[in-house]
Amino acid sequence: MAQTNGKNGSGNGFKVLGTRPIRHDGIDKVTGHANYGADLSLPGMLHAKFLRSPHAHARILSVDTSKAEAMPGVKAVVTGDDFPPPPTGIAESGETPADYSDLARNVMAQDKALYHGHAIAAVAATTVRQAEEAVKRIIVEYDVLPPVLDVRDAMRDGAPVLHESMRTKGLADAPDRPTNVASYSVYELGDVDAGFAAADVVIEREHTVNTVHQGYIEPHAAVVRSSEDGQVTIWASSQGHFMIRELSAQLLHLDISQIKVIPAEIGGGFGGKTTVYLEPVGILLSRKADRPVKLVMTREEVFRGSGPAPASYIRCKLGATRDGRLTAGYAYMAYEAGAFPGSAVGAGMMGIFAPYDLPNLRIEGYDVCVNKPKSAAYRAPGAPNASFSAETILEEIAEKLRVDSLDIRLRNAAVEGVVNATGVAWPRIGLQETLEAAREHSHYSAPLGPNQGRGVAAGWWMNAGGLSSATLQINEDGTASVAEGSPDIGGTRAVMAMIVSEELGIPVDKVRPLVADTESVAYTGVTGGSRVAYATGWAVTNACRDAIRQMRECAARVWEVDAERVEWSDGKAILSGDGKELTLKEIVAEAHATGGMITSASSINAPGAAAAFGTHVADVEVDPETGRVLVTRYTVCQDAGKALHPSYVEGQMQGGAAQGIGWAINEEYVFDADGVMENAGFLDYRMPVALDLPMIDTVIVEVPNPRHPYGVRGVGEVPIVPPIAAIANAIYAAAGVRMTACPMSPPRVLAALKKQARSPQAAAG
Amino acid sequence: MAKIHVETTINGDPTEFLCEAQQSLSEVLREELHLFGTKEGCTTGDCGACTVVMDGRIVCSCLVLAAEAQRKSIHTIEGVADGETLHPLQEAFLENAALQCGICTPGFIVAAKNLLERNPNPSEQEIRYWLAGNLCRCTGYDKIIRAVQQAAAAIG
Repeated sequence: MAQTNGKNGSGNGFKVLGTRPIRHDGIDKVTGHANYGADLSLPGMLHAKFLRSPHAHARILSVDTSKAEAMPGVKAVVTGDDFPPPPTGIAESGETPADYSDLARNVMAQDKALYHGHAIAAVAATTVRQAEEAVKRIIVEYDVLPPVLDVRDAMRDGAPVLHESMRTKGLADAPDRPTNVASYSVYELGDVDAGFAAADVVIEREHTVNTVHQGYIEPHAAVVRSSEDGQVTIWASSQGHFMIRELSAQLLHLDISQIKVIPAEIGGGFGGKTTVYLEPVGILLSRKADRPVKLVMTREEVFRGSGPAPASYIRCKLGATRDGRLTAGYAYMAYEAGAFPGSAVGAGMMGIFAPYDLPNLRIEGYDVCVNKPKSAAYRAPGAPNASFSAETILEEIAEKLRVDSLDIRLRNAAVEGVVNATGVAWPRIGLQETLEAAREHSHYSAPLGPNQGRGVAAGWWMNAGGLSSATLQINEDGTASVAEGSPDIGGTRAVMAMIVSEELGIPVDKVRPLVADTESVAYTGVTGGSRVAYATGWAVTNACRDAIRQMRECAARVWEVDAERVEWSDGKAILSGDGKELTLKEIVAEAHATGGMITSASSINAPGAAAAFGTHVADVEVDPETGRVLVTRYTVCQDAGKALHPSYVEGQMQGGAAQGIGWAINEEYVFDADGVMENAGFLDYRMPVALDLPMIDTVIVEVPNPRHPYGVRGVGEVPIVPPIAAIANAIYAAAGVRMTACPMSPPRVLAALKKQARSPQAAAG
Repeated sequence: MAKIHVETTINGDPTEFLCEAQQSLSEVLREELHLFGTKEGCTTGDCGACTVVMDGRIVCSCLVLAAEAQRKSIHTIEGVADGETLHPLQEAFLENAALQCGICTPGFIVAAKNLLERNPNPSEQEIRYWLAGNLCRCTGYDKIIRAVQQAAAAIG
């Protein structure tokens, strides 16, 4: 790698990184000029509407679209029969791997409807209303089957089976008959029986977590134009336009080069926009109609037809010695994948005991299909469910042993060298530092009012690296443009510009960052796994350092010296031992004489992603009359490795905590016995509003990731992990009831309070 | 059915459009007038992304029929800045990093501007109450509330 200004890691010698410039896309977003998925209108554009299954589980006997096709304004109708046979194999471009056949059948049902809201057909018409009317004229004959809606019910013998061909993967003695259990896996370390035998205290509890939605404010949206020559252009809001291109091409047997995806601004994703729902259908509709087609989900469709986070049942056991040292852990974890395999149980298994040095453990995980929408990634997928169990049981142990909540965590905190559940020793991690930051924060010792209590919890996320690309151009006036492939959900464009500014030594407002379309920059994986600032940022760093190498060579040509004698510092080439300087602008002005303009590209598979941890402190007030839980104070301490733009790091911490609070207290899918979601709207699916939350205090801890040029770890996912447990622990401190089911909504908390009043010893919710 | 002819004022400009009886104001603003700054997150009046001001009151434009705009004065996010000069709220949202994805931002700014016109010095609780009809899923509201407080102080 070229000589640079010597910033290779953990130091604080940054000029730009760590500052808080105004984001480059900001003005467009505060003036209403930024274009999101649905903010596009093309000449001759049609509008699409979907027919969705009214049954949670049914065999599709026939679909008759003839009446719909005859309706005024209707230009195209598509059903499952219009899709070619899906390719075999596994799609890797989403956040979690998925079988192509499952993906195809999720985009549009083929032989069976597997959840209420499963897409059956779609219509493109001149107006939205014509499309809506036409959808109603499609006649579908169903053989309605009983649904199974709970993970434990789905695992029982005799349960309705979603997929006749399914056999449990990973289970040595799996019977050869249909099952809903898609896979079984296990992690084991040490000797669990001996570990529990050595414990003075053993606590075992069962916890359930209900289905929740990512709740992004922008519904899924795309505009698709299929041209006569077979080329397809897609404008879509997603967490990965390369993912849309790859999945659409595979499902429709197109070449990758036939599809161009132009990323719209994305109105929130949180993992929920890491797969396709609309785009392949849009291609088929546009091809049939020979017109551009706009597809926008309603909010109701988002709830019923797009991926929620998995519900789960977890039975967890922890043992500790009298002095508060953990000796063993066991967890049985069953997660709902939804209609097709692929819940986040794997990450839940990695996460359940991740914060602790637990030498003896056994973790069993089950991925189970139920008649609900196929689950999708949601911010630290699987980890919040797991944390609810481990962090509340640990609190019970602390109480029994009369050890302070943070002390017991510090006593057992995983540190560098400790072997985790996957059998790998942790590299340098910052859990301990976040626990200490929480203990030192004024919040932890602040007085509490009546009916108030304080809870803490720690949380982990692995963070991801992966494929990222960037292209840098130094413009003829000395400004720069950087194109990269990661949709910007929360300020990462500004981060890319800051990296260019830092490396090249030009002001941050002289750098134009661009989230480029699939033809203008090389492949980049989805915006997920807290990987953008880390991996795409690294690609930008590499591109900058290559540009610096070129500029040193240019300067060497001007000075007629060997390039090795040219150093780069603060945006200037300097001839060592001579003191001659050429600024970046002067070098570019010499382009005619020095071999042309400066441009560079970098494409990496970022290695060395490092786990991050956080510790949350929550105060709640429990209303003894109604069971309502109000969060009165909240503090997030988290290791970011290095916070490149601290405002947006804080924003991730606050936003993740707010989502976790909503999950803990209010949010859940409510299904009737037939599997119909009864609260498919923001009125009844109650996400936190401004009035529900306090200010959310943040402490950014920086324990640099030694394997990244600036020490970055990734920040987006960790903050949603601890809130459920922190709030459950706070409720116990406030009201003396241990909640074991999430959400801890007023009816549940009130029931627990009443049970406690009758039988104070055995209170549990 | 024949379309309805509507004469209205949008951001101070006299505007005419034709709409169907059942079309919402948000749909017409977006799909007919191409004022895409007004966002649609739910079309049931629960998220506030489509907030506009109609004759001085904030409304969810998804719950207002387009035909109701007849002889009304409508203000949308596109009319908040004065040419290239941002409104203090817009400045404060940028300085406080009060947006992440930004889809809810137009609705918040339109609603908050209306609040500050009525109450130039609102308390934190008053801001939270006024903005309780606007959902943000990214920020946890902290930086939004601080931005409104800063803008209130700047306007004086």
